[in-house]
Amino acid sequence: MGALRELTGGTDIGETAAAIEARGLRMAYGQKEVLRDVAFVVHPGEVIALLGPNGAGKTTTIEILEGFRMPSAGHVRVLGVEPARGDERWRARLGVVLQSWRDHGRWRVRQLLEHLSRYYEPYADPGRTPLDTGELIEAVGLAEHAGQRINRLSGGQRRRLDVAIGIVGRPEVLFLDEPTAGFDPQARRDFHDLVHRLSDLDDTTILLTTHDLDEAEKLADRILILAGGRIVADGSPDRLAREFSRDAQVRWSRDGEHFVHATQDAVGFVRDLLDQHPTGIGDLEVRRATLEDTYMTIVKGEEA
Amino acid sequence: MNPTLHAARLGLSRGWIEFKQQLTTPQDLGFTVVSTVAFAVVLYFQRDATLPGTDLPLAAATLPSLLGLLIPVNGLLGAVGSLSVEREDGTLLRAKALPQGMIGYLVGRIVSLSFSTVASLVLMLVAGLFFVPGLFGIGLGNWLTIAWLTVLGLLSALPLGAVIGSLAGSPQTAAGMSMLAIGGLTAVSGVFYPITALAGWLQALAHVFPLYWLGLGMRSALLPDAAAAAEIGGSWRPVETTLVLLAWAVAGLVLAPPILRRMARRESGSAMEQRRHRAMQRVT
Repeated sequence: MGALRELTGGTDIGETAAAIEARGLRMAYGQKEVLRDVAFVVHPGEVIALLGPNGAGKTTTIEILEGFRMPSAGHVRVLGVEPARGDERWRARLGVVLQSWRDHGRWRVRQLLEHLSRYYEPYADPGRTPLDTGELIEAVGLAEHAGQRINRLSGGQRRRLDVAIGIVGRPEVLFLDEPTAGFDPQARRDFHDLVHRLSDLDDTTILLTTHDLDEAEKLADRILILAGGRIVADGSPDRLAREFSRDAQVRWSRDGEHFVHATQDAVGFVRDLLDQHPTGIGDLEVRRATLEDTYMTIVKGEEA
Repeated sequence: MNPTLHAARLGLSRGWIEFKQQLTTPQDLGFTVVSTVAFAVVLYFQRDATLPGTDLPLAAATLPSLLGLLIPVNGLLGAVGSLSVEREDGTLLRAKALPQGMIGYLVGRIVSLSFSTVASLVLMLVAGLFFVPGLFGIGLGNWLTIAWLTVLGLLSALPLGAVIGSLAGSPQTAAGMSMLAIGGLTAVSGVFYPITALAGWLQALAHVFPLYWLGLGMRSALLPDAAAAAEIGGSWRPVETTLVLLAWAVAGLVLAPPILRRMARRESGSAMEQRRHRAMQRVT
C-alpha cells in the first residue's frame, strides 16, 4: 500500500510538469452537454490555438481553466493546481484576457495599468519581476493614449489595453479569448509580434482562441480543434494538414487554357504532366491544403 | 509584504481615485447637486411652519432628518448601483482575475461610497445654513454624534446594498427595487413631517428600519434638547437608536460576505455576456 502511494506520488510529479492538463473534462448545463470528453496537454512555453465553431465550448473550456467555472466532471490542472481550488498565489501566475470588457471607463490608461500591476507585487519572483508599465504601454502601441480616459479608446485600442493588463503580472500561463477581434491589420501584426516575444523571451505558455485560421497558423505551435464537445484534432498546422487532407491542388495552363487537378500524389502527377507535354505548360502551381481547408474538412466530418 | 493588507491598501487608493473621478464626472455630480437643491426647496417651503408642540421652525427639524436620509440614499443606492453595473461591465471579473483583486475592489468601493456620502452630507449642511441659522453652534459632542451616526449608518447601508446588488438580476431591477424601498420608508419614517402624525402601525413599521433612527439621531445632535418633546416618548432614545442601527449593521456584515462570495464565484465571462445580451434585448 505504501509503495503504491509512493508510486502515484511519483507520477503526480511527472504530471505537474505540464502547464495545462485536461482529461475526461465534461461540462453540462442541465440536459445540454457542452463538453463531453475533452482531453489535452499543454507543455510549458507552448503556444496553443483552440479552434472550433461557435458554441463548440471554447470559452467554456477556457473559463474552466481560468478557475471561473466549475466543470461537471474531469481532471483539470493548470500549473499543477486544480483551477477551482487555485489560491491567490496561483492566480498571480495566470494572465486572463476575456472576450469583452468595458470596465474602468473613467480611469486613464496608464493609471489603471499601474494600479492593477501593483496587485502582483507581493508575488513577484526575483527572477521574474513585473513588466514595466511604460514599456508595456509602448509594446501594445498605446503610448500616445497613455493619459486618455479608457472609455474614449477605440475598440481595438481597448482590446490592446486588455491584453496589456493580462500580461502586466508577467504570467506563466496566459489565456486569450479571441484577443484580436476588431483589430485592424496593423494592430493584428503588432499583437502577433507581442505574442512571439512573450513566448520566445519569457517562455510564457499561451492558450488562445480565435476564428482567424491564418492567425492560428502564424502564432501556434499546436492547434486544437474543439467540435461536438471533444478535441477532434491536435497537432501542428502542418501535421493537421497532412493527416486530414492529403489532397493537393495542381494548377497549370496549356495553350492559354487553365486547368486544376486535385491529387494525393502531386509530385507524380506533375512528373507525368511534364512528360506528356514537354513544352507548352505554364503557370504551374502546387498548392497544399491550407489550414482552412483542413479545418473545414474536420469540422464538417464532425458535424455530419 | 502581507498580500491581503497590500490589496486592502490598494483598495484605499482605488477608492480615493474613484471618488475623485466622481467629482469630475458631470452625471454623478449632477445627481448630488439636483437632490441637494430639491431638499433645499423643501426646507424653503417649510420656513414658516413650526414643529408641533414647540416654536422651532419645521425646517430645523427636517434638515437633520434629511441628513439621515442621505446616508442610505448614497450608501445603499450607491452600493446597489455600482455592484450591479460592475457585474455587467466586467469590473468584478477583472478583480477576480487579479490576485486578491476582490479585496481591493471591495475596500475601494467602501472607501469611495463613504467619501461620496460624507461629501453629500457636507453639501446638505452648507445648504441648510441658509434656512437654519445657528446650525454650527452645536458643540463637539454633537458633531461626534453625527460622525458616529454616519459610521453606523454606512455600516448598515453598504452591506445591505451589496446584498441587493448581488442578488438582483439586472441593474434596472436592482435600482428600481431599492429606490422603491427607500421611497416607501422615507414616507413613513418622519423625514419630511413628524412621525407622530402617522397611524400607529406605520410608526411601528418605521421603527424596524434604520431610516427613522438615523433621522432621530441626527435631530438629537442638531436640535436643542427641548425639541425632544416633539418625539415619540418625548425622548431622543439614543440607546435604542444605537441598538437598532447596530443590529442592522451586524446583520448586513454577517449576510454580505457569503452572498458576495457566492455571487463572485458564479461570475464568469459567459455569464456577463448573457446579461449583456438580455440588456441589449431590453433596449431594442
